[in-house]
Amino acid sequence: MFGERFRRLFTTGMCLIALAALSSSRAVQADDVRVIDITAKRFAFSPNTITLKQGQTVKLRVHSEDVTHGFFLRPLKIDEEIPAGQTIEVTVTPQVTGSFTTICDHFCGANHGNMNMTIVVE
Amino acid sequence: MKQPHRRSFLKLAGTSLGIGVLYSAYPAARSSGEVGSLFSALGGASGEKVSPFSFVQLSDAHVGFNGPPDPLGTKAFERAIEMINALPQRPDLVLFTGDLTHDTEDRDVHVQRMRQFQEISKRINAPMIKCVPGEHDAGLDGGALYREFFGESHYSFDHRGVHFVALDNVSRAKPEIGAEQLAWLKADLARFSKGAPIVVFTHRPLFDLRPDWEWFTSDGDDVMNVLSAYDNVSVLYGHIHRDDEHETGNVHHYAARSLIFAFPDPAGVSGPRKPLPFDKDHPFKNLGIRTVSFNGKAQPGSRSVAVEDIELTAREFEGINGIQQMLREPLV
Repeated sequence: MFGERFRRLFTTGMCLIALAALSSSRAVQADDVRVIDITAKRFAFSPNTITLKQGQTVKLRVHSEDVTHGFFLRPLKIDEEIPAGQTIEVTVTPQVTGSFTTICDHFCGANHGNMNMTIVVE
Repeated sequence: MKQPHRRSFLKLAGTSLGIGVLYSAYPAARSSGEVGSLFSALGGASGEKVSPFSFVQLSDAHVGFNGPPDPLGTKAFERAIEMINALPQRPDLVLFTGDLTHDTEDRDVHVQRMRQFQEISKRINAPMIKCVPGEHDAGLDGGALYREFFGESHYSFDHRGVHFVALDNVSRAKPEIGAEQLAWLKADLARFSKGAPIVVFTHRPLFDLRPDWEWFTSDGDDVMNVLSAYDNVSVLYGHIHRDDEHETGNVHHYAARSLIFAFPDPAGVSGPRKPLPFDKDHPFKNLGIRTVSFNGKAQPGSRSVAVEDIELTAREFEGINGIQQMLREPLV
């Protein structure tokens, strides 16, 4: 009887400890991910250039200040829409180095074709 | 009876005069027997017999565009029409592959530009003019104004045994044709045999030419899956303001030069897209001059098209004096 209760308590405790450790690990990972804020507004992204590290995970937090925009960069497999006034998050771990032109591919106005930014991966 | 290879019975020959591309479609042989049977078969698919004819492709006039880099407005477009009308053989039709006008967020001004395009294009001496929109025509309002002026933005028709398909890859916010138009395309082509001659005309390239310059159609692979079932498909497009050729399987893609300004060869440029600078000594430089010939002898896997480029020139107007003269005097 006593042995059975002890076994249950011990098992429950170990599970709680494991969950706490896992949660802590995730928190550390989340804190480690670099976040870069980008603003999209007709007809430019700001900042216009960002630099990433090859193999290093980053979170791009892109906010549209006006209309719906696209955020498209095929080499990094980014193909997102940023609804008007909203913020989207894209987590990427670039595997290729280079300087890449990222474009708005959601027609956003008469100068849409010139809306781009550069993502450099070192 | 020995079965002829159907691809050998249609020749498409093109001659660019710096105004776009002049294409001719004609039978490689016009005898009876096997050839006649084939023509009958092709004609049966499209409702008409294949017979010789030529047509012109124009693209990217951007009526209303006000440089830089090009300070000449509609001069190249108007010169192009002069040259079409001077062709030794009157074209059966003129295909315009988008960006007829340049966009503006003032709807009334855009209306004026559409009207101006129509007024100028009335000078073309050809019995038929067919258009598709570019993103500068249709991007701001999903193609509503374009359709008011020019009708549906995707459609098909048959002409002398060749099936023409207009595809719209600009009226949706993203560079795509969309599921509905794709289903329409499948249904439209369903009645044709594998060897039927098909000309698709659209604005953006249907393949990844330079995605970071928005030179692609995001669902272009789906279109290619439909077109790849046919052996004799040519895709004519604009958007990239330069001539280009490309193959995806059996499908041949041809970009036409623009009538406003040129973009550089993307292979030689990293970073964002920028137009080539205006050359005041050669105001129409890179705005056309392209000859395309379809030899009609294509075998599976071989190339059936020959292209020759000729520089568009304004013979009457040369150098700085010429520019001043062009700005002073209308060309037509």
